[in-house]
This record gives sequence, structure tokens and C-alpha cells, in this order.
Amino acid sequence: MIELAFMQRALAAAVLVGVVCGALGFFVVLRRLAFIGVGISHSAIGGVAIGLVAGLPPLATAAVFAVAVALGIAAVGRRGTLSEDAVIGVFFSGSMALGVVLFSLQRGYQQDLFGYLFGDVLAISGRELATLAVGALTVAVALALAFRPLFFMAFDEEIAQAYGQPVGALNTALLVLLALTIVIGVRLVGAILVEALLVIPAATAALWAAGWRAQLAIAMAFGAASGVLGLAVAYALDLAAGASIVLVSASLFFASLALRRRGPA
Amino acid sequence: MSAEVVRFAGVSVERQSRRVLEDISFSLAAGHFLGVVGPNGAGKTTLLRAMLGLVPIAGGQIEVFGRPPGGASPEVGYVPQRHAVAPSFPATVFDVVMMGRLRRLGWLERPRAEDREAVARSLARVGMEDRSTRPIGRLSGGEQRRAMLAQALCASQRLLVLDEPTIGLDLPAEQAFYALLRSLKEELGLTVIAVSHDLVALAAEADELICINRTMHVHGNPDEVVHSHALHQAYSCEFDFLAGEIAHHERVGREHD
Repeated sequence: MIELAFMQRALAAAVLVGVVCGALGFFVVLRRLAFIGVGISHSAIGGVAIGLVAGLPPLATAAVFAVAVALGIAAVGRRGTLSEDAVIGVFFSGSMALGVVLFSLQRGYQQDLFGYLFGDVLAISGRELATLAVGALTVAVALALAFRPLFFMAFDEEIAQAYGQPVGALNTALLVLLALTIVIGVRLVGAILVEALLVIPAATAALWAAGWRAQLAIAMAFGAASGVLGLAVAYALDLAAGASIVLVSASLFFASLALRRRGPA
Repeated sequence: MSAEVVRFAGVSVERQSRRVLEDISFSLAAGHFLGVVGPNGAGKTTLLRAMLGLVPIAGGQIEVFGRPPGGASPEVGYVPQRHAVAPSFPATVFDVVMMGRLRRLGWLERPRAEDREAVARSLARVGMEDRSTRPIGRLSGGEQRRAMLAQALCASQRLLVLDEPTIGLDLPAEQAFYALLRSLKEELGLTVIAVSHDLVALAAEADELICINRTMHVHGNPDEVVHSHALHQAYSCEFDFLAGEIAHHERVGREHD
């Protein structure tokens, strides 16, 4: 399969998305951001639909919309009158419904909608791959630059703030990175399943290692391995690529769980 | 006369349009241990948070080493009130103590030999040098408190701010913590501000006490404060047993040394 150009692009996309989702997933798991990730990923459908209706690049509008939803959830959550999970529930169902309504205005919308909901990595073009690589590199560099204060905040946000770290700006930056990473992953596994790549590899890594360095490395490795193995399985058995990647990732998690019942040493 | 480390002048703090602190004024000289006491909801933690620049003040002025608190506020080590660290948190004791160096290091500079030495020294001061590679979440509550104290010492060896430092500790662990604090204060000349619900322990350990209940009720040496009518007013009750309890705590503390 490796000699096929579309498979080469799909494999490259799978590795890029797997690595960057694994790295960001470390913070998603550590800071319990999984549900906000689900909210942002589902809302990306609204952004994609706006792009298609307006004749703009759908992933660009999805990125802007997802960032806006992430910041909106954070802003309403900060007011403290509603719990964050209720706020996420409102944003994610509302923006997903907006997406479905806008898709339904388009002729032959089902195919487009399915592609964005469940991924269509085998159809990724060279240009899309280049855009995805730029996005992944941006997220990776930003994470590397802010890793130390973000890790400190994951340990104790109040002490980090007392020691002069700009925790408000860093929390916003983390949500923006989360939104961008989700949009990067939409082409690979779709809006419905992209959260899996943020949570499962990092959760699997936490079963194998007690230290942050090893957890980060293992999460990135599991993310990339899930992508490559998932594509191979999909190709061999003629299955949906996005769902196969997520199934492989989940299988690695359950295998790790069985092997590491006592947790990391 | 010792240099002034902390100064509050008519400080007020509001939360959701309600005054939680009003017209608080005091100053603290270098090398002194100030205990902050008051009933539940008196604003003790808010006072510390205002001093660290974590909450905005609605009026008055705060100075720490002659400068306003906040991001640029230097040389403060902080041990917040907290429950146990999650057992799975992926950091060693060394990693956690090194976080105290972040202000010096910035985001990108790699820790140098001097930073590693500072961490090792702080761990040694709290008797945790043999725990540096242990995951922080797997330490006992008392050990985690000492690790947090080492982190604060790594951030500053001039001013320590402690919020309920012994909460959740049993009596021997509490005695050990205060004994350690006494020795660090003497050895390094530290200035310490501690908030605690434990009036007896703080009165026995601190050089001076303030008692607040939204406003300042009394400020003085522990003996004056525990015998003052203002203390009883702040708590809305009488403490006939206090003097005996404090004497007992001091005796046990000396035996611990």
C-alpha cells in the first residue's frame, strides 16, 4: 500500500496528527479537558458548514469557529453561574445543530457531512497535507515554548500565578491549541472521533509511565502508531479509515490496561 | 530597626460586590513570623491572596519588599492550602521543587547546575533529599507538605507565605512541621506569614498575631492577642482555656526540637 500516493499522504497525515494529538493529549488528560475537547470537536462541524455555505475553505472557517467556541465556553464558564459541563453541552449541541442545518441547505450534503463527521483521510490532497503540517508544527512549537508553565499550572494553577505566570493567557492559549489540533484531526478521523486521539494515547501512556517525559513520548508514539496501524488495517480489510485508527488506539489502551493492571512503576 | 518586608495600608478587597476585607493595615519586619487568625470566612486566605497579587484590591495599598504585589513581585515562596496531590500526577519531588525556580529560569532556559543545587539544598533543608526521585503523588500528606515547603524555599529564602500549612496533618506531623519551620527561620532569617484555623499552634509559634474578621480586630504579640477582648469579639466566644493550651503546645514543641 505504501507505493500508492494517496496512502503516502494519508500515512504522513496520520503520523503528524497522531504525534501532535498525543502531545496535546498529555495536557488534556492531566487537566481533565476531555469534555471541553468533545464540545469543541463537535462544534467544528458548525464551522465547516459555514465555510461550505459561504464558499470559504471549510477547515479555515472550522478553525476560527472552533477557537471562538472554545473561548466562548471559557468566558461563560468564568462567570460562574453555570457549571462548565452545562456550558459545554449548550455550545456543542447548538453549534453542531447549526452545522447540520447549514449542511442540509446544500445539495448532496450527506457525503460532505459524513466526510467531516467521520474523516476522509484517503482523499487528502498534497496541499491539504502541507496545510496540516504547518498547523501541526505551529501547535508543536507553541506547546514546546509554553510546556514548563503549562505543566506547573497542571500541578497548581494558584502557585504558578503567585510566581508570576500569566495563567489567564496560558489557559486561553491552551484552549486555542486544543481547537486548532481538533481541526487538524478532522480530516483524519472526523469531528466525532478526533477527541479519541486526544484522550486515548495520553491515557494509555499514563498506564505505562509515571514520569512526564516518558508519558509525553509514549503518548506521541502511541498516537502515531495508532494512525499508521489503523490505516494498514483499514487498507487490508477495506474498512473506514478514521474509525479503524480509533479502534486500533482503543485496542492499544485495553491491551495496556490488561498488561499494566497495577499501573506504572 | 529591621527592614519592613510587608506593608498593608487601609486595604479592602471585594468579591461579587461584597467587602470581604476592609481597612486592613499592618506591617511586618524582616525575620518575623506573623500568624493570621480569625473565624471561618474571616478573609484570612483572601488577605494572603491579595498579598500575592492573586486577587485585586478595591482600596488601600500593599507593598511587598517595597513593591506592589503581582507578577513582578519577587522573592515570595508560597505554600497554598491544598489537599493531597493526585497519586498519578507525573512529576517527581525534584520536578515539583524545580517549579519554584521557574520565575528565575523563564520558560525556555534549561535548569543549570546552580538550579539543580538549589533544588537539592531546599530538599536537604526539609529533610527530603532521599525522596527527590519519588513521584510526588505517592508521598504521605506530611511529606507532600515538606516538598511544597522545599518548593517555596526554592522560590524564595526571604519571605514564606503559608496558608493552613498543617491542615490534614496529625499532631506529630504538625509538631514536626512547625519545628522545621522554626529551624529554617532561625537558619535563614526568613520572614514568615502563616494563616491557620489553629489558634493555639500559631499563638505558640508566631512572633506576632493578627486577628481579623473582615476588619482588623487586634495585632500584637501572641500573649497580648490571646488575652485581648478583641479576639473574643472576633470569634464571638470566650477562650478561657487558651493560655494553658498554648503553654502545652510550646512545651511539646520544645521537646520535639
